[in-house]
Amino acid sequence: MSLIYPHDGLKAHPLNASPAYTSTLKRAPSQPLILLPHTLSEISGPAFGHRAVQAGDSDLTLQHGGEPLGERIIVTGRVLDEDGRPVPHTLVEIWQANAAGRYVHLRDQHPAPLDPNFTGAGRAMTDAEGRYRFVTIKPGAYPWRNHHNAWRPAHIHFSLFGSSFLSRVITQMYFPGDPLFAYDPIFQSIPDAKARERLISRFDIDTTEPEWALGYQFDIVLRGRDATPLEEPHDD
Amino acid sequence: MTEHKAALGLTPSQTVGPFYAYALTPRAYGGSELANERIATDGVPGERITIRGHVLDGDGEPVPDAMIEVWQADADGRHNAGGNAGFTGFGRAETSPEGFFHFETVRPGAVEGPDGTKQAPHLAVSVFARGLLLRLVTRIYFSDDPANASDAVLALVPHERRETLIAQRGPDGVFHFDIRLQGEGETVFFDV
Ligand SMILES: [Fe+2]
Repeated sequence: MSLIYPHDGLKAHPLNASPAYTSTLKRAPSQPLILLPHTLSEISGPAFGHRAVQAGDSDLTLQHGGEPLGERIIVTGRVLDEDGRPVPHTLVEIWQANAAGRYVHLRDQHPAPLDPNFTGAGRAMTDAEGRYRFVTIKPGAYPWRNHHNAWRPAHIHFSLFGSSFLSRVITQMYFPGDPLFAYDPIFQSIPDAKARERLISRFDIDTTEPEWALGYQFDIVLRGRDATPLEEPHDD
Repeated sequence: MTEHKAALGLTPSQTVGPFYAYALTPRAYGGSELANERIATDGVPGERITIRGHVLDGDGEPVPDAMIEVWQADADGRHNAGGNAGFTGFGRAETSPEGFFHFETVRPGAVEGPDGTKQAPHLAVSVFARGLLLRLVTRIYFSDDPANASDAVLALVPHERRETLIAQRGPDGVFHFDIRLQGEGETVFFDV
């Protein structure tokens, strides 16, 4: 009947039923998902013009009167589809804790200091080659109450749209070598180790700028393949 | 079946977590909103509608930290149509401490569906929240639309669960659509 895009890649995602992450226990659906044929509602998606991003949105160290505390970093990479083609002019939203591991969010109770010079929210639009770039501060690890002595590895939250409703994703970028990976049920919720590693940014000396900031590369692969959609098998 | 070359591995999803609001729905923080609950401004052609609901967990408790995004066609059934200023088709809202959300928009038109049929008017919905590692996808249909009876997607849903996808119009004209993440009356979520 209808055209569908391949589902194989979706195995990279965590299952919502991941009980080690206790917030899932009352929130993960218990009924099986129903396979949705891809219609115009799914293969289209919102387009955000350059109006969505203002000058300065991609430099999180310049949003206040002074410089934030912490280790200044550059985070950059390419947004690609599953065929490796760049996703140009797509919106990337990020948010993160400050260097002390504290979020500006009103409900964050972690007794670590707020930084008056750091909010921790940014936006960027990818260029024609799918490239984005942020300047920010390396976020701190922070405790949470999932289990005894639970700490989140340092991470930056990423939100992307891509070209359609199907490519919409929210994820987290981590930093290489974090000793907390083994203890973090959110990171470990991704069943495949190779897929998990794709969330770890790569330190890059060529992105690093002398006397100024360390550089990290983080490429993002969004749902989407070549224009030849697969025929759903006929059952007649 | 068409053969494809090996695909790059997708970037896995992670939870939006509890602390996204100052970036994604930053009204209370004085930040600039990418989108909000107002999907159509006053001049946009079409029937004005309001959709209201609550997000509830497996105990029936409100979910106070969910983000709901909707994507819809305009009144003529077109996505991303030019020349329709004031309408993006995209809405985003954070639930309140009571788990409440609402959207103000125009009723979408019928969109082309499988095999050249028309789909009943609907909104595509993404639910993000702490405790959801991957967004949940659902749809909002409208209780007063006779086209629901022949909609190809609704037909895929077991009859006894179909109601969970249909916003009920109240006497005040407002459409009510609760999202139950788990348990009794669990909303139908789709694998996309
Ligand atoms: Fe976080």
